[in-house]
Amino acid sequence: MQTLTMSFRGLAGRLALTAGLTAACGGKTPPETPQPAPTAAEVAAPAPALAPAPGPQPARDPLPVPPQPVVDDRVSSKSLDDLNRDSPFKPVFFGYDSAELDDTAQQVAQANAGVLRTNRSWVVTVEGHSDERGTAEYNLALGERRAASVKAYLVSLGVAADRVRVVSYGKEFPFDPGHDEAAWARNRRGHFVVTAK
Amino acid sequence: MPMCVRWSALVVALAVLWAHPSAFQTPGQRAQPSEIELSIAGDSGTPPRFAVPAFIAGGSDAAEAARVLGDVLWDDLAFEREFYLIPRDTYSSIPVARTPDQVPFTAWRELGADGVLFGSVQRTGTTLRVEIRLFNIRTRQSVFAREYSGPAANPRGLAHAAADELHQQQRALRGVARTRIAFTSDRNREKVAGTTENRDVKEVYFADYDGFNPRRITVDRQLNITPVWAPDGRAIAYTSYRRGFPDIFIIRPFEGTSSNPTAGNGSSFLPSYSPDGKRLAFMSSRDGNPEIYVMNVDGSGIRRLTNHPSSDVTPTWSPTGTEIAFTSDRAGTPQIYIMSAEGTGAPRRISLNESYADRPTWSPPPFNEIAFAARSGPGYDIKVYDVAGGQTRQITFGEGTNESPAFAPNGRHLAFTSTRAGHVQVFTIARDGKEVRQITREGNNYTPSWSN
Repeated sequence: MQTLTMSFRGLAGRLALTAGLTAACGGKTPPETPQPAPTAAEVAAPAPALAPAPGPQPARDPLPVPPQPVVDDRVSSKSLDDLNRDSPFKPVFFGYDSAELDDTAQQVAQANAGVLRTNRSWVVTVEGHSDERGTAEYNLALGERRAASVKAYLVSLGVAADRVRVVSYGKEFPFDPGHDEAAWARNRRGHFVVTAK
Repeated sequence: MPMCVRWSALVVALAVLWAHPSAFQTPGQRAQPSEIELSIAGDSGTPPRFAVPAFIAGGSDAAEAARVLGDVLWDDLAFEREFYLIPRDTYSSIPVARTPDQVPFTAWRELGADGVLFGSVQRTGTTLRVEIRLFNIRTRQSVFAREYSGPAANPRGLAHAAADELHQQQRALRGVARTRIAFTSDRNREKVAGTTENRDVKEVYFADYDGFNPRRITVDRQLNITPVWAPDGRAIAYTSYRRGFPDIFIIRPFEGTSSNPTAGNGSSFLPSYSPDGKRLAFMSSRDGNPEIYVMNVDGSGIRRLTNHPSSDVTPTWSPTGTEIAFTSDRAGTPQIYIMSAEGTGAPRRISLNESYADRPTWSPPPFNEIAFAARSGPGYDIKVYDVAGGQTRQITFGEGTNESPAFAPNGRHLAFTSTRAGHVQVFTIARDGKEVRQITREGNNYTPSWSN
């Protein structure tokens, strides 16, 4: 457990920043340092880009503590449910009775491929969903083709095929329970779920 | 608990139970009645007119069972429309006979009854016993006399058994009163675990053909859809997401066992039993695209039947097992096609004037029809294609949206889903579009399958 989670330190920091879940990290004892207490953002975001500017004094003598807070090897624990609840992936939407990715859908899929490139250990399931207007049976096939179409595009962008599973839910699980064009448009989608990380 | 049906002999055995059997036989009719004489005919080709008075309770502890039995038998007989059932209020003044010599044949004849059906119910502990007798009013003969016994907890079952035997004896019709309809339902309001979405569980249920005695048979707490009865009525194949992806499972509810013939080799959906019960056709995307496959019920011998870049889905077998109808969008929209069960030759399209057609269901003999759901306005209606004649007729007409037709085992009715009463519910309908009955009322209910 320790080994697994430690190796995702960078990921954890990034997620915490995205999600604003600094409280999850703040429960631990802060690093002991006489320097001004680090801001929450510094603790949560150990990435070098966010390091504060060096102080003005030349400080040739060795200091009792480093000029920057030592980044603690703290671990952010986040379940897959938490991750999926505030997912870094965006759904890919489709036209009526279509499994083709239009320009907008391709841009979303490209961004999702970027998330996968950044998080090289993640495995995702692409769920194919449909709106309620088709029949239950045919929509199982339509959802299958939508998910497969998203997967094929991700693979064409260099994502390893074994990192993307597909599953069709047909019209079984609409996101939007409405019965109008807006709801239907939201329900015709390829939905990304992180199934392993 | 199996129901016990004791086959009393017809007229002769009545002597044991009835006080004065000879009173029903004029001297000229002492010969053993033939099959033809047993069947009560109506006037000039019209259905025989039957009176079915309320059943007699032998004791106050049988009163409720007697009421239920009489009502259920009435409904079972009305369902097939082989008899005209004379409204009960028109003969409330005619005394119900407790012994054969009390049967007022003249009064029944004046009412215009061709037959009168009596029932009497006794309860002994947890066992019900019902005697059912049918008299031919013209000949004053008893033509049907049988005793049924079974658990007091299910009086409906005794009525169903009697109804099936009456249909068989009187009309040479295989009734469906003891058949069951399987479906999938979200009625238990459980949610799928392990997802962040709010997703309702669907479990497989079956109920008597009239919707009573619903029983839940899966406890997967997952999405379970498209259940189908095996031809022997002992197993149900269905699509389950219990392992996170759609796969085919077979459950044997009476034995409490299950199997997984597709065993996780890609996504598999929509199982359909061959008429001999030995094979399943199904849809799978294991090769990358939704195609129709067949396999033996143990999962061996998997073979792909279709090979087309479009979606091929929703297979159903012809009664002979030599052809399979399915849905394909190879022409741009979902339409119904027929192919050989070997997958050879070009499929021929049978839905020619539909903008969208799905869920073909091939009828049992003696009919040779394929029912399907066809787009009709904002929703769907059920249509029936006559395979030999090539005509299509419509049997629902825009009351809600109507989907997922499934034939009764004698082909005279279909089950289907409709939103006409709110939510999605299972209904039955006669093949001429009449006699719509709602059989589910709780939650939403989908994709019915009618047992043999």
